[in-house]
Amino acid sequence: MNGENISFWEKLGKIDRRWIFLIIGLVVFIPIAFGLRMTVHVSPAVKSAYDTINRLPEGSVVMISIDYDAASMPELQPMLKAILRHCFDKNLKVILINFWPLGLPIGNQGLEEVAKEYGKVYGVDYMNLGYRPGDIAVMLRMGTEIRSVFYGDIKGTPLDSLPMMKNIHNYDDIAVVVGLEAGSMGDYWVQYVNARFKQDLILGVTAVMAAGVYPYLQAGQIKGLIGGLKGAAEYEKLVNHPAFGHIGMASQSWAHVAIILFIILGNIGYFMERRRKRGL
Amino acid sequence: MLKKQIPLAITFITGVIIVITFFIPHPPFGRLQQDALTWYSVIFGFTMLLGVDSLVRFHYRKLRRREKGWWFSIIFYGGFLLSFITGVVSEVRFGDAFNINSSFMYFYNTILIPLQSTMFALLAFFIASASYRAFRARNIDATFLLVTAVIVMLGRVPVGYMLWHKLPNLTSWILNVLQLGPMRGIMIGIALGTVAMSLRLILGIERTYLS
Amino acid sequence: MILFILFSTITVKAFDTPNDGGGSITIKAYNVPETVKKALVYRKTEGDTTYTLAGVMSILSYRYVDADSTIKNGKPYYYRVDFYFPDTVISVVSDSPGIAYAQWYDKSKTSSLIFLIVFSTLVLVFIQLAKKDPEGLYIRKIPALDAIDEAVGRSTELGKPTFFVHGLLGITDAGTLAALTILRRVAKKVAEYDTPILVTNFDPIVMTASQETVKQAYTEAGRPDAYNEKNIIYLTYEQFGYTAGVDGLMVREKPGAIFLQGYFFAESLILAETGHSVGAIQIAGTTAKEQLPFFVAACDYVLIGEEMLAASSYIGREPVMLGSVKGADWGKAFLMGIIGIGVVLGTVGAILQSAGNGALMNVFEKILAFF
Repeated sequence: MNGENISFWEKLGKIDRRWIFLIIGLVVFIPIAFGLRMTVHVSPAVKSAYDTINRLPEGSVVMISIDYDAASMPELQPMLKAILRHCFDKNLKVILINFWPLGLPIGNQGLEEVAKEYGKVYGVDYMNLGYRPGDIAVMLRMGTEIRSVFYGDIKGTPLDSLPMMKNIHNYDDIAVVVGLEAGSMGDYWVQYVNARFKQDLILGVTAVMAAGVYPYLQAGQIKGLIGGLKGAAEYEKLVNHPAFGHIGMASQSWAHVAIILFIILGNIGYFMERRRKRGL
Repeated sequence: MLKKQIPLAITFITGVIIVITFFIPHPPFGRLQQDALTWYSVIFGFTMLLGVDSLVRFHYRKLRRREKGWWFSIIFYGGFLLSFITGVVSEVRFGDAFNINSSFMYFYNTILIPLQSTMFALLAFFIASASYRAFRARNIDATFLLVTAVIVMLGRVPVGYMLWHKLPNLTSWILNVLQLGPMRGIMIGIALGTVAMSLRLILGIERTYLS
Repeated sequence: MILFILFSTITVKAFDTPNDGGGSITIKAYNVPETVKKALVYRKTEGDTTYTLAGVMSILSYRYVDADSTIKNGKPYYYRVDFYFPDTVISVVSDSPGIAYAQWYDKSKTSSLIFLIVFSTLVLVFIQLAKKDPEGLYIRKIPALDAIDEAVGRSTELGKPTFFVHGLLGITDAGTLAALTILRRVAKKVAEYDTPILVTNFDPIVMTASQETVKQAYTEAGRPDAYNEKNIIYLTYEQFGYTAGVDGLMVREKPGAIFLQGYFFAESLILAETGHSVGAIQIAGTTAKEQLPFFVAACDYVLIGEEMLAASSYIGREPVMLGSVKGADWGKAFLMGIIGIGVVLGTVGAILQSAGNGALMNVFEKILAFF
């Protein structure tokens, strides 16, 4: 092997990160631009989340907590829509709650869009509590009475004037809480609401957080886990409504493959460099 | 002297009360923690003003001294005023700043959402560059880490299933079994460390947070 | 049509919700067939002639907790549950009225109380022992904390500023308090070396605490005149706005050393990679377990979980503080012992159960229920 070849192999271990960024950009963009699709297979964690909601009797109340904003919207909004479709299809009542102020319009847009698809009526089939600051304090107070923190809904309408809220006072009247999480609220739901009020929980989290949530799933503290865009795509498949989650799967697949190829190239470079240094 | 003693006394008294009332559901004790958290929220609301004051002053100083990148401060003032004014106008006009037809929502949808999504999207690029740099088979431990990472990366996407239909199961096993032991160990360590730190704070042993 | 079946196999009991502050009654149904589609709970009290709808009973647990604001402690309430089958509805009345009371002790928290007593006792005992024998305490090396001086020193040599980036949680988070301890050490070194520091904050309360901490550190270093409050800045209470702000400062100011301390979320790698790209020596510390791999990949040193929480003891080396760390370690040993016993009991119990003897498994399940 001559010096030039060695230099080339070693260069594989020191690729300028801008090339990596370019390749990742392309493998994400091209499948979306050309509408490439891939078959999605459902994992037990997502199936468990689906089954928990699927078992609920008609008229049960599902509370969905919007704990994200525009940043993680591409991952979590498809989850929200898929879960809403499932709930409305089964004639479950939905309450939306927000712990991230900038998530308020995003959650509301998703709710109104899906409710319209199913012809649901605000205040009868679904409602939005809006945002309240105070995280844990709000969660704990809702264990006694929702009205102690939310005097009205997102538009200021008194809760008692909404037909669906007449008999809903605290977690005992809510069958399942679904937390869609981009931050620490998921931990609070588990540590305060599940631990103290034995409330059934499902968490939908960004892919980067998923590994940290598995202990809750295995310990039975949450009934199901929907992780990242892949989880959203799986839920879309379960509700038989492929949407953005499915579109993103081809991009995500090829991005993962590209990262693995870069890791392999990096290691080739590393071993070539090590061999040369040993030879010296 | 009192400057330190009074906060320490407040910490001790509130700390002990909250710990004791955790075990007493009877009113009024059962709600004390919730009330304390509500007070914290109120105090937090007021300290936001301090934050805004700090930010405005920081950029004012940069502008006045024409420090490096001073023109970013003009963008800051522009964005700050735009959000504030459209927020107030939308609230007055529509009764809700987040009304879909409001000017605040227009800027929210057309500026904030793309900016936030872009920042989060950077993560994909940085994960790629960090993985490329960090996953080197330097020794046996690093090799195990590398192989596991590759399995999980493939198993979490449909292409993994296409390669080998049992790969997602192997990934689930890694996530549910292999990683959970160390993860729980770290969690328990953090939880106990937090309890020990809380005890030190309540007893006034840990004072480094006080000036 | 509603059929009132007096001798139905389904039974309904109404009783005071245990371990609560009163004002609530639990209604539980037993022997409910799986074919039930829906169950509605109705309530009436003395003086009422008809039942009124209280709520929907979960058909997963067949339990409903009535905590309506009208429920008064000490007053009897009568319940009827309507079970909806595919072709009929069966109404069952509770065998006795439910009366709500407020409890003075939450029995479900007994395991927490025992652990609190044991753990606190261990910490207090070791603090006392440490006072008596300060020499007998050992704390292992924590390279990330030892590297603080090196990082600030290198930054000074390069003539670059030092950055201290707080995490995203408030002052109530133990990791944030630990970060303030580390900030004090960093600020003291910065003051001694007379090099600039910039502290970025996500939370305004943490900002004010940081200002006090840095001021105190400068005073301790004998340089109170060099302290500048304007170097401890608030950026924004928005996750990626904060990330963009910090990244921008990193790229423009090109710091020589960066401390990423506190609780971080998805922005951890974006911050660490940007710091790496400007060539800074980076020391991260977090109690966010899922962000640790990112910091390990992109930073020079990382304080992993509880290492961060022991920072004040490690830096201060005061016997009392070290004693508390030793006490916490013994607390961990106690917990590990309980986990070990649980694992053995559960495993042997499962083996014996499969062989037809379920006695040990019953004991194990009772212990699990206690916790």
